[in-house]
Amino acid sequence: MREPAWRTDFPVATGDERMVTRRQFSRFLLLTSLGMFVGNLWILVRSRFRRSAAYPELRVARVADVPVQGVKLFHYPGPDDPCLLIRTAEDTFVAYGQKCTHLSCAVLPKVAEGKLHCPCHEGWFAIDDGRVLQGPPPRPLPRVVLERRGEELFAVRIEGA
Amino acid sequence: MKSRRRDAIDGALALLSVLLVVQMWLLTAALEADLAGHHEAALPGAVLSGLLFAACVALGLLAERVHARHD
Ligand code: FES
Repeated sequence: MREPAWRTDFPVATGDERMVTRRQFSRFLLLTSLGMFVGNLWILVRSRFRRSAAYPELRVARVADVPVQGVKLFHYPGPDDPCLLIRTAEDTFVAYGQKCTHLSCAVLPKVAEGKLHCPCHEGWFAIDDGRVLQGPPPRPLPRVVLERRGEELFAVRIEGA
Repeated sequence: MKSRRRDAIDGALALLSVLLVVQMWLLTAALEADLAGHHEAALPGAVLSGLLFAACVALGLLAERVHARHD
């Protein structure tokens, strides 16, 4: 069989075309390495020039509204940020963002056990400081800082968001 | 001789790949730490990543030089 004319005019071996040479491969690796380095620099710049976000103040509840071991749901700082206010003892209130730091499922308070539970992948957080006790969450829950003014509780900012 | 040179290049590429995996891990660890509010981890992360990148460049140049002699 005769070779088609285009083959003689354009003698491109597709197999060779697709082959990645060692030189190309090493350049690809170097470029990726540069990308990683730039990523780390970006994190550095971000952490240096982070402006502390201005949080609004929000009246969360009256002290008498939440019984000991009781929980109240509120939204802070925006309407799409669900948070939990928990009264762990007579004079102790804590509040956390309700979104799990793993994949944002809603965490549920287990006040009697002193924990918060994420049912999605069995993540557990400590109720007193929001640290991770168990499971895949990589970071503690963001903590809502509360201020008690007389008989009222105010959310003033978020730590670890 | 030719195969020894090729081995050297392959070795350099393998080492480069390993360094790259370490760099990827470093990036995710630095990001996690930053998101968790540990901003002090960002500087050592960036320095280490820079060193790893420099090592990658050195290995790439080494492979390139061996390659050039091979040509
Ligand atoms: S989303 Fe909470 S543990 Fe995965």
